[in-house]
Amino acid sequence: MNWRTFVALLSRDAHVARRNIIPLMLQTLFQPMLFVFVFGRIMTRSGLMAEQYKSMLLPGIIAVSMVLSGIWAVAMPLIAEFQFSKEIEDRLLAPIEIEWVAVEKMVGGMLQALFAGLVVLPIAWFVMGGVDLDGASTLSLLSIALLVALLAAGIGLTLGCSVGQTQIGLMFSLVMAPMIFFGCTYYPWQALAPFPLLQRIVLINPLVYASEGFRGALVPHFPHLSMPAVTGSLIGFDTIFVTVGLRQFRKKALG
Amino acid sequence: MAVGIRTRQLRKIYTSPPPMAAGAARGVGFSLSKREKPRERIEIVALDDLSLEVAAGEIFGLLGPNGAGKSTTVGVVTTRIRPTAGDAWIGPHNVWQERVAVKRLIGVVPQRPNLDFGLTAREILTFHGAYFGLSAAERHERANALLDRFRLTDRANQLLFGFSGGMMQRLSIARAMMHDPELLFLDEPSAGLDPQTRLLLWDIVREYHGRGKTILLTTHNMEEADALCGRIAIIDHGRVIALGTPAELKRSLPGGFLVRLQFDRVSEEMLQGLRRLAGVSEVRGSDDSGVDVYADRGGSLVPEIVNVATAAQAAVRDVHISEPSLENLFLHHTGRSLRE
Repeated sequence: MNWRTFVALLSRDAHVARRNIIPLMLQTLFQPMLFVFVFGRIMTRSGLMAEQYKSMLLPGIIAVSMVLSGIWAVAMPLIAEFQFSKEIEDRLLAPIEIEWVAVEKMVGGMLQALFAGLVVLPIAWFVMGGVDLDGASTLSLLSIALLVALLAAGIGLTLGCSVGQTQIGLMFSLVMAPMIFFGCTYYPWQALAPFPLLQRIVLINPLVYASEGFRGALVPHFPHLSMPAVTGSLIGFDTIFVTVGLRQFRKKALG
Repeated sequence: MAVGIRTRQLRKIYTSPPPMAAGAARGVGFSLSKREKPRERIEIVALDDLSLEVAAGEIFGLLGPNGAGKSTTVGVVTTRIRPTAGDAWIGPHNVWQERVAVKRLIGVVPQRPNLDFGLTAREILTFHGAYFGLSAAERHERANALLDRFRLTDRANQLLFGFSGGMMQRLSIARAMMHDPELLFLDEPSAGLDPQTRLLLWDIVREYHGRGKTILLTTHNMEEADALCGRIAIIDHGRVIALGTPAELKRSLPGGFLVRLQFDRVSEEMLQGLRRLAGVSEVRGSDDSGVDVYADRGGSLVPEIVNVATAAQAAVRDVHISEPSLENLFLHHTGRSLRE
């Protein structure tokens, strides 16, 4: 392992991300913010939604923003760089094992996901006109945030090395959209109780644990999945996606 | 310390279309009906027991038509393609087992520029230097020198959108030289370059070689191989079919001159007649009406050929004379032109 090369690879990604920071942020955060405004502000103010809904919504919005940003940050450049431009070649020829190029991509994605969370939390809180965060635990917030960031980066790596350029549209409509809508982002898992089958099925969706984890960390007095279950599941999903992603990366990178 | 390259019985068989590292365009189709039509199992032999030895400090050329295995060979010795069998070494390092050590020694210019579109021309060089652990001062100094040498200084701070093919090619080569590798791989370096830039490239390659570096270049341009290379391996279907200095290779060609003829009809009697002409060393009927004559002279042979044809009641339709060249050599060994 060659730290100097690793840091140089990371600073290249940081440099490019910095250059594109505004479109990058808008791409992944604008839609969740609109959602926050419409459901968290308009609907609650007008009385169509209970005031408590804001507390349900905030953790879900953080989860979806982080997951989307992280996936986007890792998958989109990889898809482009592995395709016709083959830009990644230069980094695969850098004096470091190629797996570290993938790890570097994930670290970059994690940092972007954490940054997204850091930006969204205060903005969403402000847009909704204040959310009651009594009982929030910094420690569990941090650990959930790290696990969710790694999850996003792992999914990004897996998708980025499995999806072709022509399939990006399909990736969004067939993978991302159902993941978001059945990810307990806009409602707590418990709200699915009237649909017992669906409630079981959504458990295969890793975003569920991200949303519920943030609920447990930020608004623990509202119903949420138990924290040990959430943490365990996130660790499990992280392991799966990182392993599969690294394998796909190797397969894609070496002829 | 210059390093050489050695390969021993390299084999590479692709069971799916060659990947990006081999420089091939990759299909990006998508099918939801995979089960209905089971995919045909393809097997492409790209390298067929290829053994090569490139000495430290030489300019070595791999010459061959498209699909001969040139890029796959480069891919294998630059750590990017795993061989199906066989071994390759860069200096003392086994390429597949000591990839990081190998990557430190080599610089690679791919067939198609794969430059980083997120960065400016200067940043492409400085970040590349950073990957190889150069200090900030070294990076800037070298980047400036290379930008200047490759006449890119005025566009140095621009992103690559709008760069011409030639500019990108120059920048690719500059990038490969950025970390001052002992061994430089140039895969079809002058494809798509205008004649002026090609000459600049040749100068730069000679200059780099003059500093004791080893250079391996692939090309299907005879002139380039002839002008630059100390030794050449002609490869086809993943095998070395001829190896030597350009002069040796050309000498090995029977006669040296190649007279390609088209007749309205060809008879055995006429072929015999052609073989008996003075200076003719080999006569090959290539198809129904085409005949290749290898001889030690060119133009002066034509009237005699016409006489032989007339005697055999045939008429000459077309004559093409080419002087001793690697192109003819390739044709002689494979029966195909390099450009086919």
